[in-house]
Amino acid sequence: MIEGLSGPMGNVGTNQFKSWQYVAAHLNARENPAGVKFEIVPMDSKSSPQEAINLLKAAVDQGIHYVAQGNGSNVALPLADAVAKSNERNPGKEVIYMNYAAVDPASTNEKCNYWHFRFDADTSMKMAALTNFMKGQGEIHNVYLVNQNYSHGHQVAKYFKEGIERNRPDVKIVGEDYVALGQVKDFAPYVAKMRAAGADTLVTGSWGQDFTLLVKAMNDAGLNIPIYAYYAGVSGTPTALAQGKIAEVYQIAYNHSNYPGRMGELMKGFKAQYNDDFYTFSVYNALVALSDAMAKTKSTDPVKVAAALEGLRFDGFNGEAQMRATDHQLQLGMWISKWQKVDAKNSYSVENTGYTFAPVKYLEPYIASTPTSCQMKRPGK
Amino acid sequence: MEFFTISLLNGLSYGLMLFMLSSGLTLIFSMMGVLNFAHASFYMLGAYFAFALSQSVGYWPALLIAPLAVGLVGAAFEQLCLRRVHKWGHVPELLITFGLSYLVLEVVQLIWGRNVVPYGLPDQLQGPLFTLYGTQFPKSRAFVMLVAVLMLGAIWLVLQRTRIGLVIQAALTHPDTVQALGHNVPRVFMLVFGGGAALAALAGVVAGNTYVTEPAMAYAVGSIIFVVVVVGGMGSLAGAFLASILIGVVQTFAVAIDVSLADLLGAAGLKVASGNPMEQALRLTVAQVAPMLPYLFMVLILIFRPRGLMGTRED
Repeated sequence: MIEGLSGPMGNVGTNQFKSWQYVAAHLNARENPAGVKFEIVPMDSKSSPQEAINLLKAAVDQGIHYVAQGNGSNVALPLADAVAKSNERNPGKEVIYMNYAAVDPASTNEKCNYWHFRFDADTSMKMAALTNFMKGQGEIHNVYLVNQNYSHGHQVAKYFKEGIERNRPDVKIVGEDYVALGQVKDFAPYVAKMRAAGADTLVTGSWGQDFTLLVKAMNDAGLNIPIYAYYAGVSGTPTALAQGKIAEVYQIAYNHSNYPGRMGELMKGFKAQYNDDFYTFSVYNALVALSDAMAKTKSTDPVKVAAALEGLRFDGFNGEAQMRATDHQLQLGMWISKWQKVDAKNSYSVENTGYTFAPVKYLEPYIASTPTSCQMKRPGK
Repeated sequence: MEFFTISLLNGLSYGLMLFMLSSGLTLIFSMMGVLNFAHASFYMLGAYFAFALSQSVGYWPALLIAPLAVGLVGAAFEQLCLRRVHKWGHVPELLITFGLSYLVLEVVQLIWGRNVVPYGLPDQLQGPLFTLYGTQFPKSRAFVMLVAVLMLGAIWLVLQRTRIGLVIQAALTHPDTVQALGHNVPRVFMLVFGGGAALAALAGVVAGNTYVTEPAMAYAVGSIIFVVVVVGGMGSLAGAFLASILIGVVQTFAVAIDVSLADLLGAAGLKVASGNPMEQALRLTVAQVAPMLPYLFMVLILIFRPRGLMGTRED
């Protein structure tokens, strides 16, 4: 696992490292048909693309065949490229890259790559699902977009506009702001702008401090409009959310925090062991898919496993999921969940705040599925 | 009009907040010539101390105790570390404060963890103070403004109207004479450093819940307070005040301006072609570059008026 484990985003990376370790250690026989023992080796990229590529070389030298990374498409794209080059140059030392969180659609479109497999849903899929959900939300008329000023933020805005045009052509986008990543301390002026524009809904792909400070400023100004967010559940954000009294926060993601059954069990176990929340469910799908592919090929050879992963159908946390062969984008369902106080039905307290993300609606994989422009180059063909 | 009023209020409160953060820094610099890189760390310590204290003794006592405690930490640091490296000049002083900032960060992470801590306001400070054209102005922001103004007044009084203030001012320019007159100059320096740290901590106590209390908070304000101090004039308290307000208001209003260079050119009859290599830069709106403006401002000040708005030092 190559990830930023220190620095400003270190808390997220550390949480995810624990997620990999925990899930790898607790897969049962059905989930791990190959019966292999997964060992997770943490490598700290400090969130830098250059550092990540150096670590990839180190991993290849150590004989590691499976690399996982997720936080930041700015790292994911060069890393995927580096994996492809390394595999070409070092036959017998191939590496499969499991992307569990970087959501730039480019990874499975114009920059798609045979050795890269994405287990998170990309931005185009999330926005397809979100705008589909908005069809049923009649009170949405004037949407304001606030996003971070880098590729991810711009893509959220772009795909949202495309999706809303298709699903709710009557909705107006009354304003659009891009904030410098992690630079803004005072969001009150943005809130004043939102109010002046007459916004009744906010859509944002921001994460971390840029999201929590925005929510706080909205609370302070008494602007209680519904917020549709990507990353309301990431480390630290729930604690900040719980301090405010924001009316409605919806999250669009592949999961929510109140899974019954197996995933609920894993979340509880994770909490008991680390007193932290397990929210990166893509880790589970990645490991299950990997084991399935290994069982099918009766091998841990990455060349064979990569071939088996293509088009693989497996039993993921949202039911059956399929790794699409054309672009290596996992096809999975999406959840819209709502931030609310815990109750009898939704009892998992996120970050011990007494609040939770309660499921509102499940959107089937076909709704979230988006076409791809990928022209995959396969080795040996 | 209503947007103007709200933005002005927002700008003022943000500016006053910046002033609280940077006043201690500029004070220490003017007295001791030490550029304290750990200043933002004292700010963070203040917030964390207040968080810990508010859980046991409540918010109001914490408002008083946390800055005092951080002031003691600052004074101890001056006495035990800074004073020892003083004789080797400014670079070692700078480096040791730099080291301290890392140390504080690690200690904070060790004790309180890497996550956000739930540091909340007491009920008296929650909710809106007044509602203006439908926008609420929160009590917490008004409280920040009040504390900042009180702080400015208090510092001014201490420096101008008390005996210790006179000694501090005298020690700044003529340390040997003051020493010869029987005053303990090293102790004065210790007081100033501790006082500066306490001011930063006070900012942390009141801002820690308006913003977010987490280990990255020191890093987040670190650069902007240096901008304030440089723009205001190194070591000038009045300059820091002016610069804070200016930066706060300018940045707030800039967010509202959705005009880009391309639009201006368009108004002048020049169209920016979509294949133009400069297109991306020209299409940046003022709102998008708002967080950059203070830094731009700093560069301009350094070019055209290196001593800052109100600075007196020419060296």
